[in-house]
Amino acid sequence: MTVVKMKMKPTIPEQVEAPKAAGNGSSLPAPMKAPEASLSPAKPRIVMMLAAALRTLLPPLLGFAVFLALWAIIAQKSGLPDPGKTWNSAVKLFSDPFYQKGPNDQGIGWNVLMSLGRVGIGFGLAALIGIPFGFLIGRFAFLSRMTSPIISLLRPVSPLAWLPIGLYVFKQAQPAAVWVIFISSIWPIIINTSVGVTRVPQDYLNVARVLKLSEWKVFSKILFPAVLPYMMTGIRLSIGIAWLVIVAAEMLTGGVGLGFWVWDEWNNLNLEHIIIAIFVVGIVGLLLEQMLLLVAKRFEYQG
Amino acid sequence: MERYVQLENVQKVFETKQGRFVALRDINLVVRRGEFVSIIGHSGCGKSTLLNLIAGLTEATDGVLLCNGREIAGPGPQRAVVFQNHSLLPWMSCYDNVFLAVERVYGAVESKESLKIRTEEALALVGLTHATHKYPHEISGGMKQRVGIARALSMQPKVLLLDEPLGALDALTRAHLQDEISRIVAASGCTTIMVTHDVDEAVLLSDRIVMMTNGPAATIGEVLDVSLPRPRERLKLADDPAYNRCRSEVLRFLYERQNRPEEQVA
Repeated sequence: MTVVKMKMKPTIPEQVEAPKAAGNGSSLPAPMKAPEASLSPAKPRIVMMLAAALRTLLPPLLGFAVFLALWAIIAQKSGLPDPGKTWNSAVKLFSDPFYQKGPNDQGIGWNVLMSLGRVGIGFGLAALIGIPFGFLIGRFAFLSRMTSPIISLLRPVSPLAWLPIGLYVFKQAQPAAVWVIFISSIWPIIINTSVGVTRVPQDYLNVARVLKLSEWKVFSKILFPAVLPYMMTGIRLSIGIAWLVIVAAEMLTGGVGLGFWVWDEWNNLNLEHIIIAIFVVGIVGLLLEQMLLLVAKRFEYQG
Repeated sequence: MERYVQLENVQKVFETKQGRFVALRDINLVVRRGEFVSIIGHSGCGKSTLLNLIAGLTEATDGVLLCNGREIAGPGPQRAVVFQNHSLLPWMSCYDNVFLAVERVYGAVESKESLKIRTEEALALVGLTHATHKYPHEISGGMKQRVGIARALSMQPKVLLLDEPLGALDALTRAHLQDEISRIVAASGCTTIMVTHDVDEAVLLSDRIVMMTNGPAATIGEVLDVSLPRPRERLKLADDPAYNRCRSEVLRFLYERQNRPEEQVA
């Protein structure tokens, strides 16, 4: 139950995936071209391949075109920077991504790396604590019943509500931001891992019992591999949340980072850079998601 | 022949939300060393529960279970189980699945090389040398079940427990595997107890057939001696009057004395 709920949470990656799904289900061009292809089998291979590439690429390209057109129209009405202006600004910005002019003026590359670094540390700590904790909760029903009300209570809390606590305890902005990432990304890891443990098929555990495997063998040969796919889902959700939260957290805590950069450019009224930041956040998030999907695929097994 | 597996007044009660559910009562059975015994009955009669009791996977509520004169206190490799749904670990190759068992039983006393040989021998015994490094999802249901058998036999168990090992297979594969089980068990000299719902399978493989009454509170209804000479050949047996007598006796028990209309579908 809880897993299903968690899966719904990171809205951004799912929206990013949407155009791809539309590309696969491109029902419109397909039926028009299919009979043509079957009628002329002698058609050169290269043409067929190009046609296939066009069919997969056309819908997303069209989507982007519509998106840019809408953006241009809205920009004209509202005075926001239009796509062209933003592009020029981006070219200039990315031509020197790693400059350093004092603590509050650094290249976009540094901002991205700093944000990724905070996410990495916060998420890493969450995994370090969440995974073993999830295993314990999954293995011992008593522990699960003991902790589940608290987890249910704390999980829906908005990540930024934790920031003041972090600021007070650590007296510094940097660890406070990491703390927010940690506390908001630990829940999916704990919950998915523990659900994974409870779902390990009884048959596998019976094998372990008949073989009288040692606790370590049971863990390393049966529990861990069986739980791994669940754990990977938890990790993926977790990183998604962490990336969502980091921008907001950095806006409040300052320092070098994408969130701070957005806020800083707002103070400079440099709207091109804010739009660029939005794209950068989206693209980095998308890349993180895809990377983890690849890793997860590596660990999947077929039953 | 000596008594090897002994069950005396065994009872199994499950505590459910609806109250006490008596699954098995008054089970008395003696299996001799090297004997092949089948347990047959309609689905839901507790025959798998009985096998799990002997395996030690579930605990009896009452009564005594002995194996080789010692009380069965829990599961262990000396009573190997071949599970209904093969229960191979999907993240391990066939070799590693068998090796897990071999390593557990012989890892402390034998060299790496000898463990490897044992694993390979077990796979060769079931004719799967060619699939050694395949993963469970890459092989057919019959082959998976054979790996399960190889895993069980690799431990050189005292007792081999088969829980409807061929239930999920098609008729042809099943016939083929029945012949193999017959050959392998004879070669290993294992005491074997098999749960089945297939009358032909029971008669073909067993020295004795234990017929269970319907649940709840199932018990042993009749025990039939199958005194057909071994090795038994499927084709020759088809016209053998002794074989057919055994067969019809089991059928009569199942469909005349223990018939339950709603069970016929299952």
